Amino acid sequence: MSRPRFRWHIVVFLAPAVLVYTAVMIFPLFNTLRLALYSKIDQERVFVGLQNFTTLLGDPLWSDQFWNALGNNFWFFLMHMLVQNPIGVALAAILSHPRLRFAAFYRSAIFIPTILSFVIVGFAWKLILSPIWGIAPSMLDAVGLKSLFAPWLGKEEYALTTLSLISVWQFVGIPMMLIYAALLSIPEEILEAGEIDGITGMSAFWKIKLPLILPSIGIISILTFVGNFNAFDLIYTTQGALAGPDFSTDILGTFMYRTFFGFQLQLGDPYMGSAIASAMFAIILIGVCLYLFGIQTRMRRYQL
Amino acid sequence: MKRNILALAMASTALLTSAAYAEDVTLTIESWRNDDLALWQEKIIPAFEASHPGIKLKFTPSAPTEYNAALNSKLDAGSAGDLITCRPFDASLALYDAGHLSDLSDMDAMDNFSDVAKAAWQTDDGSASFCVPMAAVIHGFIYNKDAFNELGIEVPTTEEEFFAALDKIKEDGTYIPMAMGTNDQWEAATMGYNNIGPNYWKGEEGRKALIAGEQKLTDEQWVAPYATLAKWAPYLGDGFEAQTYPDSQNLFTLGRAAIYPAGSWEISGFNAQADFEMGAFKPPVRNAGDECYISDHTDIGIGMNAKTEHPEQAKEFLAWVASPEFATIFGNALPGFFPLSKTPVELEDPLAKEFASWRGECESTIRSTYQILSRGTPNLENETWGASAAAIKGTETPEALGKKLQEGLANWYEPQK
Repeated sequence: MSRPRFRWHIVVFLAPAVLVYTAVMIFPLFNTLRLALYSKIDQERVFVGLQNFTTLLGDPLWSDQFWNALGNNFWFFLMHMLVQNPIGVALAAILSHPRLRFAAFYRSAIFIPTILSFVIVGFAWKLILSPIWGIAPSMLDAVGLKSLFAPWLGKEEYALTTLSLISVWQFVGIPMMLIYAALLSIPEEILEAGEIDGITGMSAFWKIKLPLILPSIGIISILTFVGNFNAFDLIYTTQGALAGPDFSTDILGTFMYRTFFGFQLQLGDPYMGSAIASAMFAIILIGVCLYLFGIQTRMRRYQL
Repeated sequence: MKRNILALAMASTALLTSAAYAEDVTLTIESWRNDDLALWQEKIIPAFEASHPGIKLKFTPSAPTEYNAALNSKLDAGSAGDLITCRPFDASLALYDAGHLSDLSDMDAMDNFSDVAKAAWQTDDGSASFCVPMAAVIHGFIYNKDAFNELGIEVPTTEEEFFAALDKIKEDGTYIPMAMGTNDQWEAATMGYNNIGPNYWKGEEGRKALIAGEQKLTDEQWVAPYATLAKWAPYLGDGFEAQTYPDSQNLFTLGRAAIYPAGSWEISGFNAQADFEMGAFKPPVRNAGDECYISDHTDIGIGMNAKTEHPEQAKEFLAWVASPEFATIFGNALPGFFPLSKTPVELEDPLAKEFASWRGECESTIRSTYQILSRGTPNLENETWGASAAAIKGTETPEALGKKLQEGLANWYEPQK
């Protein structure tokens, strides 16, 4: 009886990924968390404990901005959950219909914006919606609805919703693809068995397909949550780091950027910036944990 | 034999050229003026390299909005260029305090500049100067001369005339009276509030009193400009709320708008784009006969990275920047950026000349928020952007805006408490 040999090849094969991931993800993450506990006083880095966080949440100057950004972030997320994901599911359901013609074309057309850069999307939509050169006002004019047009990106009450919808337009392809794949994996026999029991058409979707794709919808929700709370690019490219008008489109990402790197005459403060980044990390962590332990473990799964 | 000689000749040329390359020092210049890339490559760099063999220059600009952040990261990482284009006041002062910029006070060339010119790049007590002043920009209004002639409008000198002119343009309907948007916010503050404001707070007098704590942002002279800005809204184009800075520039240069609240830095771009004749007028005074004040803002300086490997060559370049030769090239190649050196520079561009002529008629001042007052949190400059945009849009009253700004300033600035 010899002891099983230590399996070196496992270590060797894991090493590149572990090393790279540690260097570019884990180390910066913990370093950011550590940086949040320091401050700069007279050109010296000083350990201040949780003071940055008490400032962030306790000082009205900071907390107003923080809660404003967090609130905007929740609205941004809500718009995606209410608009992007239902539309994604609906598109997938339509695409998976066996008698739909040009399904492959629609699928690619809807998915293409996802692979575009934020800069292109932001710029293109800014031009489309521009009250001066944009095609949106003239298109509305053509159908006699010019009165409905407003400079949406410049109005406090509409700007964030407009940006959310632009983001929805860009990313609706992702839930669509995931749900589409889940729908395709449902075996024909189950649907046929349902048909024999008299469940066809819409009710087949609600009673058979939807329960079977619920786990995928859960995954999509959590991806949307993480993506939205890390969002930054679209707001930055369209509205700039001050997230105008009057901070109405300010989300945690832009708030963090402005604080960390500074803006115009405002000097960067990496320590407060790290505190905000840590708060973002905590919010996302809590959200993901709530989902994992609160929802996913209770979800019913069906063996197909 | 012949082949050998050829080989020898080739080898020696190769040796010679490589030796020449090894002696050259390349200095890299960090800047936010990506608009000036062509000017540097075609005029400034060749002029310098011709008179200073052995030093090569590389101009590597980044986008204006990203410059400060990018530069700070590069300096911290030690990968920044040898020469650093300096933003005025605190952004550069912080770099000096952090040891990223060298003290240049002992350079003889610094005597070419007045104290006002140097003030933007000095420590608060004036003991150390860390950037060579390059240029200032002047605020005012650029107008479409053809449009004014067509409608028979005289250049306005008082606010009453100014609004009468706007009314007339609006009534006629051919042109948008004024091209400005509030989407980017800074236009409203820089070309709005700080453009017309000095006439209200009497330039340097008010600005210094604010720093000393003798005046407050809730005082009439600081609130009234917001009330005037609020009156601009009906004269701006449809949907000005979502109009960006490039939109405004294009509206004006395409000849669709009659007046453009401007900074003189627009001149070269506008000269290239617009095919109509342009003129400029200074911010109208409140009542006829009032003393006029203009914002003549020190905007660009250039300093030396304290960690540069070639301090001597860098100083040689800085001394050249301080010379009249550079001022003449720069002032004429970039009409609208007015050199700050004591020796006057003969400008050729008529529009730039017009702007520069106001220096003789009016008192000069710099933007009110730049020195000292934007040091704390909340940042007064950024707050002023939001306030000016809100004033134009009419989402808040001028009094409420003044109160909000004063509270923010009093929050951290001792003399205002």
